[in-house]
Amino acid sequence: MENYIWLIPLLPFIGFIINGLGRNALPKSLISLIGPGVVFISFILSVMVFAAVPSGAGAEPVIIKMFDIFNLENIKIPFAFQIDALTSLFMLIITGVGFLIHVYAVGYMHDDKGFGKFFSYFNLFIFSMLILVMGSNFMMMYIGWEGVGLCSYLLIGFWYQNKDYTIAARKAFIMNRIGDIGFLIAMFWIFKEFGTLEYKEVFTALPTSSISKGAVTGITLLLFLAATGKSAQLPLFTWLPDAMAGPTPVSALIHAATMVTAGIFMLTRCNLLFDMALTTRELVAWVGIITALITATIAMRQNDIKKVLAYSTVSQLGLMFAALGMGAYVAAVFHVLTHAFFKALLFMGSGSVIHAMGGEQDMTKMGGLRKLMPKTNITMLIACLAIAGIPPLSGFFSKDEMLLSMFLGNKIIWVLGFIVSVLTAFYMFRWYFMTFYGELRNKEVHPHESPATMTVPMMVLAVLSVIGGFIGIPAVFAANGHKLNDFLAGVTGVHEGGHEIAASTEIMLMAGLLIFVAGAISLTYKKYNGKTDGKSEGIWRLFENKWYVDEIYQAVFINQTENLGTMLKKYVEKAGIAKALFGVGSLSVYISKQTKSVQTGHIGTYLLLMVIGIVAGIGFFFFGML
Amino acid sequence: MIPISYYLYLSLALFSIGMAGAIIRKNIVIMLMCVELMLNSVNLLLVAFSKMHHAKGEGTLAGIDGQMLVLFIMVVAAAEVAVGLSIMILFYRKTYKTDVEFLNRLKH
Repeated sequence: MENYIWLIPLLPFIGFIINGLGRNALPKSLISLIGPGVVFISFILSVMVFAAVPSGAGAEPVIIKMFDIFNLENIKIPFAFQIDALTSLFMLIITGVGFLIHVYAVGYMHDDKGFGKFFSYFNLFIFSMLILVMGSNFMMMYIGWEGVGLCSYLLIGFWYQNKDYTIAARKAFIMNRIGDIGFLIAMFWIFKEFGTLEYKEVFTALPTSSISKGAVTGITLLLFLAATGKSAQLPLFTWLPDAMAGPTPVSALIHAATMVTAGIFMLTRCNLLFDMALTTRELVAWVGIITALITATIAMRQNDIKKVLAYSTVSQLGLMFAALGMGAYVAAVFHVLTHAFFKALLFMGSGSVIHAMGGEQDMTKMGGLRKLMPKTNITMLIACLAIAGIPPLSGFFSKDEMLLSMFLGNKIIWVLGFIVSVLTAFYMFRWYFMTFYGELRNKEVHPHESPATMTVPMMVLAVLSVIGGFIGIPAVFAANGHKLNDFLAGVTGVHEGGHEIAASTEIMLMAGLLIFVAGAISLTYKKYNGKTDGKSEGIWRLFENKWYVDEIYQAVFINQTENLGTMLKKYVEKAGIAKALFGVGSLSVYISKQTKSVQTGHIGTYLLLMVIGIVAGIGFFFFGML
Repeated sequence: MIPISYYLYLSLALFSIGMAGAIIRKNIVIMLMCVELMLNSVNLLLVAFSKMHHAKGEGTLAGIDGQMLVLFIMVVAAAEVAVGLSIMILFYRKTYKTDVEFLNRLKH
């Protein structure tokens, strides 16, 4: 593993450089070979790592040091990779799903003139994300963390000629920066407490260290702030729906499958810290579940085909955070995995639809695409069933495990999670029926099925969405069926333990959820088969307008900041600093005006003044006069 | 022997006359002459003090530096007069005046 591990992040980086420098010179065929090709090789290597990685309870991570980032007297930060079960799993998701989306992007972006630029950014993103998960210390994670933020910014604003898109990109970047500050301060704090940033050293020192409870709580709160930024949770979630301004493959890769799960990865990586700060975990759970609920309700009333998916992503991430708050790290990572499959698939499908509709994103103008785009239709149906949690598709297993952890942890959160799951089925099938059923409402376009470079990755992901859940079959159905739990035991410890719940209760919970989900689906079939929403009233208006969160932020933060700026401009800048500086100027002008009469032009006067000056100088020097 | 104070008074008087002339008079020839007068008053002072020091340290080189300085001043003064007079002649050729008021255009 030591021999080739460095190739995994390096290859996408090389791809970034080649595609970036040759974006105008290289032919499209070569770029579409290099771009996905480097990621594919990384994927093959990641599979090899996955096969070789030590897993199971008590497994020690493999640490491979490349060189020192900096090496000072007290601070030594190496550029090292820490490979364990969690990392290898994320590497598989990043390179595997990433590769499929690269292939998809070859078809999707084919007519774009920024083709080479797009793939260079895409490769850079894969590189940054790999650094984020593979690093052996918080510094490496931070480098990747910033790198993916940068790529996200670049790709959201990829069509930079459109002003709205660049504003969306800026919004994403600024929101992320707010979170990143938390990461940075947490890093300093960890260094102050432990004197190192290496995961292994920090987590080994943790049980015996004299670190105070307040410090752990502070560090975890700051880390969680960072996670809310990157993973789009309350209060920083508003950037993600706007991020859909980017090309659809970007939404699929960055804003659904990989980057937004960085927060989950970080919390799971630091699970020992979070286990010591139960207050923070409580907060994580509540923030997660409330985000999930709010965004699920918003998703129920959006008509933009990608906005629904964006809010759905935030909602699913919220569920993952709720599970993390319950200490169910494996369940959250499991959902990251299955979510990566079906959410990437959903975005690809929406991209395929947008492609076919000639750039149209409004679902009220769609409908009836079932007959015109059979491949997209089937894969989307699978994805919707998976995310709604219909057994035996992947979403069922991961969502069920998360809900079970909430049931065991906190009943109120469980009820909310239950509602969110039902709402998930509702908004996803509303989305599905509005797009694919009924009759095409916009008669002017003639949709056609997308090319094979787009449909083949979708089919692969559809298969994965179906079978992806079988790595985590709950114990009720099969003893030792939960392979993922065993696999990750070395990282997350044995938090879950045995399920201290009767098998009958567990089955009851699943059945109850399924009944509600089925009810929601049949309701959407009645309501949206060939029909769209009428005018919204009452609470629906609240949902349609996204709970006015953007408006509230505008009023509370943006306008107040602007007011502060105006005030500072008026009273500090103009009345203070500018006045003082102009005062210096006008003072010297005044003094010159008063003294300019001395310059008479008579040489005699000058000589006289000179003599007086010399005499005064001599007098001062010798006699201390004046 | 004439006391040193006499030389001092004479020198002071010469210097003051020179200075007053330089400040008050407007004719550039007179002004140059006044400058020479000031320089020579200093020369006189230097020679006088040099002699005084020499008298105290008979048979040594005491006070010789003052006389050397006088020679320097003379050379420099000669050069200065040469330059000053040539400037004056150029002025005169341009303006047919020897009046220094002409130079008040420096004000502008």
